[in-house]
Amino acid sequence: MDFIVDIIAKYSLVRILISFSLLIAIIMLNAIVMGYLERKICARIQRRWGPMEVGVQGWMQMFLDGVKLLAKQLIVPREANPFLFRMAPLLCFTPVAMAFAVIPFSESFYAMDLNIGLIYLLAMGSLNVFAILIAGWSSNNKYSLFGALRSVAQNVAYEIPILLSLLAVVLVTTSFNFKEIVAYQSGLLSFWMCQPVAFIIFLVAGCAETNRVPFDLPEAESELTAGYFTEYGGFSFGLFAIAEYGNLFIMSSVATTVFLGGWNGPFGLDFYSGPILGVFWFLLKVFILMLIMIWVRWTYPRVRFDQLMNLSWKYLIPFSLVNLLITAFIVKII
Amino acid sequence: MSHYFSEIFTGGKSLLVGLGVTFKALTSPVVTVQYPREKIDISPNMRGHIDLIKDSESKNGLHRCISCGLCARNCPCSCIVVKGEKQEGVKGKVLKIFTLEFSKCSLCGLCVESCPTSAIDFSDEYELAAFSREAFNFDLLKRVQQGDTK
Repeated sequence: MDFIVDIIAKYSLVRILISFSLLIAIIMLNAIVMGYLERKICARIQRRWGPMEVGVQGWMQMFLDGVKLLAKQLIVPREANPFLFRMAPLLCFTPVAMAFAVIPFSESFYAMDLNIGLIYLLAMGSLNVFAILIAGWSSNNKYSLFGALRSVAQNVAYEIPILLSLLAVVLVTTSFNFKEIVAYQSGLLSFWMCQPVAFIIFLVAGCAETNRVPFDLPEAESELTAGYFTEYGGFSFGLFAIAEYGNLFIMSSVATTVFLGGWNGPFGLDFYSGPILGVFWFLLKVFILMLIMIWVRWTYPRVRFDQLMNLSWKYLIPFSLVNLLITAFIVKII
Repeated sequence: MSHYFSEIFTGGKSLLVGLGVTFKALTSPVVTVQYPREKIDISPNMRGHIDLIKDSESKNGLHRCISCGLCARNCPCSCIVVKGEKQEGVKGKVLKIFTLEFSKCSLCGLCVESCPTSAIDFSDEYELAAFSREAFNFDLLKRVQQGDTK
């Protein structure tokens, strides 16, 4: 055992390999769990049963769906650009895996501790839009292209409120490091209490950034069949779906670390937290946020494109700017 | 400007109301059934194909049909064939053939209403998918003899 620990400590390449294979496993598992929960909760909101056939309460359904996707042939449309068409799912998935590296699951359970963790994570999060644009363009399909264009416009509009709302917190902590941001909230204080406007703005904009209903215009089923991944089948489609849930996890974990106190137990009780319990609290908060996202998804209809733009430019951005100004003012006084 | 803020307030409120509606649905019981294994109760008004009613107290001990042929004559789709025969020592006709070509039937119910002895009624069969048209030529007399009717 000491031997293994020694190797891991000595060679950073081994550490990177181990942490990345673990992270990819977490991403896959997250997609399976979230896919199952999504289908089940959607069904219960519509007063159906949802998957019931495979295993108790259909818990194996997503595994079998994954096997089905793996077994399918990858078809490249004749008119498509084959290289970019094949690249796009990988480009969509890789930034997700890279962003997972800085997510602090607990005080000691993380792959990388960057002092610009927050910036790095947001940069990786916004790389997603390149993959969507490439997927939409290379498919050579009007629906795909429309989905991709919409996605770009949407991401440009919603990146700003996300950054501004997070900046309000960063002004207080004066650090982009996740560990320090969480350490700042170790007592009773979490940032959702003193920055409620930023928290709500972040949640709404994060929902739009991950292209989820009510902001799912890039894939708008009723208008664009499936948007940017219309032409994709098999596991390249699966990678898009996994990346979508991965992005959801990233957004929720940013919200958890920045606003909800990360791995700290609730109410600032110290004896609740620890390296193992820290992971538990972190995952609990993340999953509560993701369940709220699912709940929101199956409640609201899709917004129109002008409504989408109005919400960002007329409501979220002014509010986050005012919030930032007030925060800067208060920080300066104190 | 006041419109701007009131819109945020009313919009936010209606969003919360919407979440409440779905939460109520989420916590209320499921209304669908797992069909091939679970089935819902059939309404008594269900109109399946017609069937001869089994009646052991009737004259022939099986059904009340007197082979009058009123149902066949009233049928707008001509999908019922009724034939009876005279037999030695038996009063009235004895039913020999009673068939229904269900693929033609419009389920109007004129046969059920016109039957003088109330010998026929709607069944509650609804799982009737088949691969050939001939599968819907029901021999109702055979069904009542075999006890397939309700």
